[in-house]
Formats: sequence, C-alpha cells, structure tokens
Amino acid sequence: MASIEAKTGPMTHSRLPRRGLSRHARLALVWLALAAVPFVVPNAYWISLANLALINLVLIASLNLLMGYGGQISLAHAGFFGLGAYASGILNVRYGLPPWAGLPAAAVVAGLGALLIGIPALRLRGHYLAMATLGWNAILVVFFTQLVGLTGGPNGLLGVAPFSIFGHALDTEAKAFPLAWAVAFLVMLAISNLLASRIGRSIRAVATNELGAQSLGIDSFRTKLAVFVLSAGMAGIAGSLYVHINQYASPETFGIAPSIMLLVMVAIGGAGTFYGPMLGALIYTAVPQILLDYEDAELMLFGLGLLVVLILFPRGLAGIPAALAGLVRRRRA
Amino acid sequence: MNTPRSTGDLLEVEGLTCRFAGVTAVDDLSFRVKAGEIKAVIGPNGAGKSTLFNMIAGVTRPTDGAIKFDGARIDRLPTHARARRGIARTFQNLQIFCEMSVLENVMVGRHLRGRATTLSALLHIPSVGAEERAMEATAMALLERFGLAAKAGLPAGSLAFGQMKVLELARALACEPRLLLLDEPAAGLPHAEADKMAETIRDLNRDGMTVLLVEHNMRMVMSLSHDILVLNNGRRIAEGTAEEVRRHPEVLSAYLGEEAVDA
Repeated sequence: MASIEAKTGPMTHSRLPRRGLSRHARLALVWLALAAVPFVVPNAYWISLANLALINLVLIASLNLLMGYGGQISLAHAGFFGLGAYASGILNVRYGLPPWAGLPAAAVVAGLGALLIGIPALRLRGHYLAMATLGWNAILVVFFTQLVGLTGGPNGLLGVAPFSIFGHALDTEAKAFPLAWAVAFLVMLAISNLLASRIGRSIRAVATNELGAQSLGIDSFRTKLAVFVLSAGMAGIAGSLYVHINQYASPETFGIAPSIMLLVMVAIGGAGTFYGPMLGALIYTAVPQILLDYEDAELMLFGLGLLVVLILFPRGLAGIPAALAGLVRRRRA
Repeated sequence: MNTPRSTGDLLEVEGLTCRFAGVTAVDDLSFRVKAGEIKAVIGPNGAGKSTLFNMIAGVTRPTDGAIKFDGARIDRLPTHARARRGIARTFQNLQIFCEMSVLENVMVGRHLRGRATTLSALLHIPSVGAEERAMEATAMALLERFGLAAKAGLPAGSLAFGQMKVLELARALACEPRLLLLDEPAAGLPHAEADKMAETIRDLNRDGMTVLLVEHNMRMVMSLSHDILVLNNGRRIAEGTAEEVRRHPEVLSAYLGEEAVDA
C-alpha cells in the first residue's frame, strides 16, 4: 500500500464530495418514520398488515441482495422462508425451545438448505441456480407437507408460541410490531453495511464481470455461494418472525408461487436498489388485500404490473427518479 | 508483499503445450521472464499468443508442460489464486465493471489488500470503515496518477475506450502485483494514446514492475521491450532483444508482407 501512495504524493483533492446524509442516518430516519405506523393506522388489522409488510421486506431485501447485487436468480426464496419458519416453529412446538433460540436456528437451517443446493449448482457457469432452486423449492414443499409428525402436514403447524420479552408475551399484532420493526431494521442495516465493504463490492463485481473479478483475486464461486447462503439465512429469519407472530405455519405459504412473486417484487421495486424492496414489500402486502374479492385476478395483475414497470422503468419503481432525471436531461440537451 | 523481490526468473514456462481438438495452438514452448524486465510476445495472427497468455493468466488449461511463478507451479491454480500470488492482468477486449463507478472499479482491485470478512462487514466493525477509507484513498490516488480522477464518480461504462484501457491498468496495479500481464495494451488506441500507454508501461517498469505483454503494435514492442519472444504456429522462432529479433531471417519470413517489423 505504501508503495502506491508514496509515488502519488499527498492527496489533497482525493475525497469524493458526498452530498446529504450518511447511509446510516438515512436508514435511521426512515425507520423512525416507520415507528409511527402503529400510532397512525386505525386498528389491529392494519398493524397486522404492517407486520406482514416488514416480514416481506426482509424477504424481498434479502432476495434483492442475491439477485439485484449478486446477479443470481433463486426460485427457492419462499422455500428458505419456510425452512426458517418450520425450524423455529418445530423447535418450539416439538422441543419446547423458546422463539429466541429458534430465530438464529432458523437462519442457520435456511442457510444450510442453501449451501446444500448452492454447492453443486454454483459450480456450473450460467443460470443453473434458477433451475436447481426451482426443483429444490418443490422438494421442500413435499417435506413440509409430508413430514406430518414434525410439521403438522397440510393442516399446518399449530400452537407456536409468540416471542416474549422478560416473560411478557408479544402475542398481539401491536406488541409484535416493534420486534418486526427492529429485526427488519437490523437486516436492512446489515445489507447496507455489507454493500459498503470490499465484500459487497466483490459481490457486485462478480455479478457484473466474473472474468474481471477473478483476475483481481476474487473467488467467484465462493462469493456467489456466500451471498446465496446469506440471503437464504435472512429469509430464515423472516420465517422465524412469521411463525411466531402468526403462531402458525402451513405449506402453501412457502411454495413456488410465492417464490416467483418475491422475484417479481424485487424487480418491481427495483433490483439492485437499496430502498426498492420497501416498495416491493408494500405492493406485495397491499395488493392482495385490495384484490381480496378478485383472488383469481391477482397473479394476472401482478404479471401485468411487472410488464408495465419493467418496460417503462427497467430499474423498477425505485429507479423512476433517475429515469425521469435522465429524460429531462435528454430533453434539455 | 513480504517476500523480497527475487533477482532471477520470476516466470518460467517449460514445455508448455495446448491442443484444441487436433489443433496445437502452443507447442512445447519454453521461456523465462526475468524479474524487472519487460518481455513481449509477438507473432502473426494465430501464432498462439493469446492461448499462451490465457494459460499464464489461468483462463485456459495447458495440455502439457509447466508454468512456474517465483519458483512454484501455478499451472493448476484458478485465476483468482494466481492473482493472490501476485499476477495481475489487463484484457484485450476489456473486462470492466461497467455499472460500477470508475473509483469502485479500482477499489475492487484493492480487494486482496483488504481484511474485512463477510461477518465483520455485516456488523460494520470500526476496522471495516477504516479499511474502506484507506482503499478509497489509494484508489483515488491511482486515478489521479492516471488522469482519471475527474471521472471517479462516473459509471465506468461511460468512459471512452482509451480511458477504459487506462482504468483497467490502474485496476490491475491496485493489486500491487509482482508480474503484470498486458494483453494487447495498445490495441484499438490511436497513435498518441498508444505512445502514452507505452510511456506509462516504461514508467512502471522503471519503478520495478515486471511486465509480460502480448502486442501487435510493433512500434510499441520494439521501443519498450528488453526481450522479445517471437511465436509462429505455436512455436518459438526467435527470442532476444529488438535488434536481434528484427534481423532474424525466420522472423522476416514470418512477417513477410507485414510492414510491422520496420516500424
């Protein structure tokens, strides 16, 4: 390091000008604003939607880390969500472990689930991960459905305990909100931290140009595997939140259809943008509520929405300001 | 970084052979690159230069033979492990991280000099922030040295072709390599820029960098190289200084009709 710096002399103008708030301050402000949600919304039903949106945010943000920044497509994200939910739920219901123990266990089990399929699939060049994970999610659903003794099978896993703090159970939506809020914040903070490091840069470098990244000493296989496992682990955390807040889990929540929907939400929010997943989570949570009466139309509308957004704004909803700015610049030029 | 610069041969190629489906691209080739020298590999199209380059860089696997870097076999190592040993490269057809900023491109080049792990990065322990600032300063200094500082914040994909070539060189240097592999550094550059590139390479070498380059631009090769290896049909037909190579009858016949040698 000294050798390079010595030759270039003192660096007087070498810092890039930074505008506005630091990334930590921005995230903290957004989360402070979110803290107001339970005081603003009218009833418990709305708070339950807020909790669901925060869980969905963890799912979509972690998938965005893999897909938007890591350039890999996983069609098993809902499956890893399920692995986390069942791991945490089963440890609680069948083995009497507290949810707080289930939360890290959920991350580990989901991460292992990703490691198992990631090692063979990521050895191959190209988008084999998408195909392998599609099959993997299907297999996981079979496990969730068939291992009745553990998972409760198609009837679902019943009697899951809520999180509790100092013996005080977080058994209502309003009590669970601060937990979902805090965990979602920590996950977003972790992703932001990761991206602002050499590891985050190596993840993006591998996604952009694998050959170039390797020539600089980056092990592309290990980088891809690490981000895949990490992303699945975060989905596992979302699973643990989900199962203890709902106190119930059933297999259809974790199937291929939700896996595809999560991908769509990453794209709609804006793949590779940090706050895009918040828009994705909002839409993913709100639209089914609005369309309760037209359940059959839901998938079609999501598909249509995806087409419209991606054709007009290839970088997703979060990319709209930049796209408009570009348009204005071109007009002026 | 800790090992002292060896005074002898930094790169040794012994009996290197590469066959593709019956075609022998490189045939039983042996040569050495001494520490501190600029060595060029030239030859007509299809002589096997690119295949040789790719075998040294770790992109193509040799059919037979050995490549030793600083005395140790590297021919079975993947590309990233060779970079770790101290070999950095540029690409003929540019492998830039187009969507990342110019500064970030060079910062990726600092990857091997960083210590942050996935866990320490997730937690953002203080040393990670310090490492980031140091990497940014070093990368910025490199950009200043190569006249790209004003472009630091722009997407690398928005640079002109010549600037991308310079950026790739800066990125490779960010690794602080002991051997720099340059794949046609002048290709596609107008005269003035090619001359500037040659000047840059000469400066680097003066500061102690060992360089192995594959190049079509004879003017550059002849003016720059301490030692030139001439390939034809995957075999060595001559090796020596510019003066020696220029007069070699086989070189003249291989290049017959190409104006290049007189340049």
